[in-house]
Amino acid sequence: MSARDAAFDPRRLAALIRKEGRQIVRDPSTFLIAFVLPLILLFLFGYAVSLDTSRTRIALVVEDGSASALGLAAAYRNSPYFEVTTVRAMAPVRALMVDGRARGIVVIPEGFGEGVERGRPPPIQIITDGSQPNTAGFVANYAEGVRQSWALAEGLGPAAAAADPPIALSPRFWFNPGLRSRYFLVPGSIAIVMTMIGTLLTALVVAREWERGTMEAMMATPISMAEFIASKVIPYFLLALASMGLCTAIAVYVFGVPFRGSILALLAIASAFLMPALGLGLFISASTKNQFVASQIALLTAFLPTFLLSGFIFEISSMPLPIRLITYAVPARYLIPSLQTVFLAGDYWGLILPNIATMVGFGFLFFFLSFRATRRSLD
Amino acid sequence: MRRLRAMIVKEIWAVLRDPKSRIVLVLPPLLQLFIFAFATTLDVRNAEVAVLDRSGGAHAVELIQRIEGSPNVAHVRRLGSEAALAEAIDGQTALAALVIPEGFDRDVAAGRPATAGVVLDGRRSNAAQILAGYLQQIAVGYGAELKPQALAAAGASQVTNWYNPDLDYIWFTLPSLIAIIVSVAGLAITSQTVARERELGTFDQLMVSPLRVHEILLGKVVPPLLVGTLNGTIYMIAARLVFGVPFTGSLFLFYPALFVYMLALIGVGMLVSAASQTQQQAFLGSFLATTPLILLSGYASPIDNMPGWLQVVTYADPARYFLVIVQGLFLKAMPASAVFGQLWPLALIACVTLTAAAWLFRARME
Repeated sequence: MSARDAAFDPRRLAALIRKEGRQIVRDPSTFLIAFVLPLILLFLFGYAVSLDTSRTRIALVVEDGSASALGLAAAYRNSPYFEVTTVRAMAPVRALMVDGRARGIVVIPEGFGEGVERGRPPPIQIITDGSQPNTAGFVANYAEGVRQSWALAEGLGPAAAAADPPIALSPRFWFNPGLRSRYFLVPGSIAIVMTMIGTLLTALVVAREWERGTMEAMMATPISMAEFIASKVIPYFLLALASMGLCTAIAVYVFGVPFRGSILALLAIASAFLMPALGLGLFISASTKNQFVASQIALLTAFLPTFLLSGFIFEISSMPLPIRLITYAVPARYLIPSLQTVFLAGDYWGLILPNIATMVGFGFLFFFLSFRATRRSLD
Repeated sequence: MRRLRAMIVKEIWAVLRDPKSRIVLVLPPLLQLFIFAFATTLDVRNAEVAVLDRSGGAHAVELIQRIEGSPNVAHVRRLGSEAALAEAIDGQTALAALVIPEGFDRDVAAGRPATAGVVLDGRRSNAAQILAGYLQQIAVGYGAELKPQALAAAGASQVTNWYNPDLDYIWFTLPSLIAIIVSVAGLAITSQTVARERELGTFDQLMVSPLRVHEILLGKVVPPLLVGTLNGTIYMIAARLVFGVPFTGSLFLFYPALFVYMLALIGVGMLVSAASQTQQQAFLGSFLATTPLILLSGYASPIDNMPGWLQVVTYADPARYFLVIVQGLFLKAMPASAVFGQLWPLALIACVTLTAAAWLFRARME
């Protein structure tokens, strides 16, 4: 075997790649995973997953009949942040909160109008649905905001200036001033698509060859180990790049995500990530040789980490230390910031290059492992 | 009846026989429990913040110290120049950079409203927004201490968080995870059953056996029901005992709801299984079904945030109803009437998917 390992015949390799290419084209599940699945994922991340809160449903309990109370109630109804159901008493509101038809309650208490006239308005009550912590925080902040701007417009307090807090911060969001979560979710979902093709599909396809024994048949031919691995890797590498291109086009033209970097940088990032992705896929298939187990392990070691531990949706810094340490071993952790940068910020090589280098490093590691696993299982 | 029992015993053995798939049934759910529970928080903690302090006064220093002391912030790094600030944000070494202008201390001392700028990394707009909220709270809180009488005169509001007073994120994650883990188990196991028999050729043997179609189907329903109930129970116990999430509802409502939800999922899994020729197709099919099931349920992001037409689609997602039920039973002491309000659409979906699966099954057998 070792004597033949050195041999690397381009013609033989081309023939092998042609064979793999035909197999890919023939298999409907390949098409499903490379083109239909990305469309579904992008569609879901473009439309379904939105972290931009809009028009939260709240209930408004007005216990006071004064003009001030009605004015404040109108301010809530006119707010673009809330969809308001007005009720007279608390009792029916509890049911709305229990099944999630209302995410908060604002209570304007009895005697509110009198208090405003005496210059000492009683506090209004804001109740949130704590079972959804982020929405709860939003309701608390924006409901108080509506009250403050109403108080300012009414000229409450000793001087209008008093409504201005003594110290305030004025935030500016670079790269995404409109704060659209779609702008980081859609590029991030490209990472998931490439993981699916690079690791999951490769693991499944190669595991099936082991399962059916066609792998041994291949090995009986005069091809070398390097040619064999290259013939498995190159077609899926090209397939993943094609799928990435499709995703990028959809992200830019359908979802209007800005693309401020260069295509060259995107290609470099994607190619660097595909090395560990494909390497891991080959390694899983060579060490399990069983489709069901390979699929479950690929889900656990590639798909879930890319989804959860890469910073795609969940901030890595917020995780406890042991999990933060695990994230360093997840190749997608280096892909996500690079993708977000090349889409939203531009070619900032100071961030992209170290990430590319790390991904290539993981790539060599996984290829080395799968090389060893394949060779051992042949002996 | 005896035939049916034999069929069920056979199906349970088929799932449990292989040691590798036994491990796959138990180990991943436990691993996922811990990774999901700790990793999936949308809160922001330990954020890196940078400061460009042009004022250098006592008030600016106090503000920076308060930010440094916040549990949401890990470190505050001092910057020397505008260029260093751009580098910190571009290179993602800081999520936010505070810019305190020269006149800041003079304004605060003179009682004039003072404003500091914050530059945030919009590539991570969600985390950036949450962090901006925390920084704002710190600044406003400091200002209120300096001038207590100014704010009180304009009135105030009292905020109460029902069901989860401290807004602990894990109280949201863990009940939702029960819905997620049960769906993953239910769909993956069910979709494999028929496809595997077809690939191995044992499906033909089933067809020539004296078993009726509905008996075969019932036999296929039992193993995923058992595994799903087991996983759901483990998660529920872990949520209470390990993570301290209160369970305020009734178990007599929890298990019937879990049962109906599992039936709805198993119907979907059967459809996938009956439609696929190979295990590989069944696996991909169940993956294609699981992803929208979870993303449209309201777990990944609130349904209210979706566009209107997509909100209508979510009514067909069984996970949507079960999520409301588990969250309600854990945190909100959900009464039976409210549970039934969610349960009947779930039962309807179960009827539709199971009937469709049986129909496709029968059509494929003939």
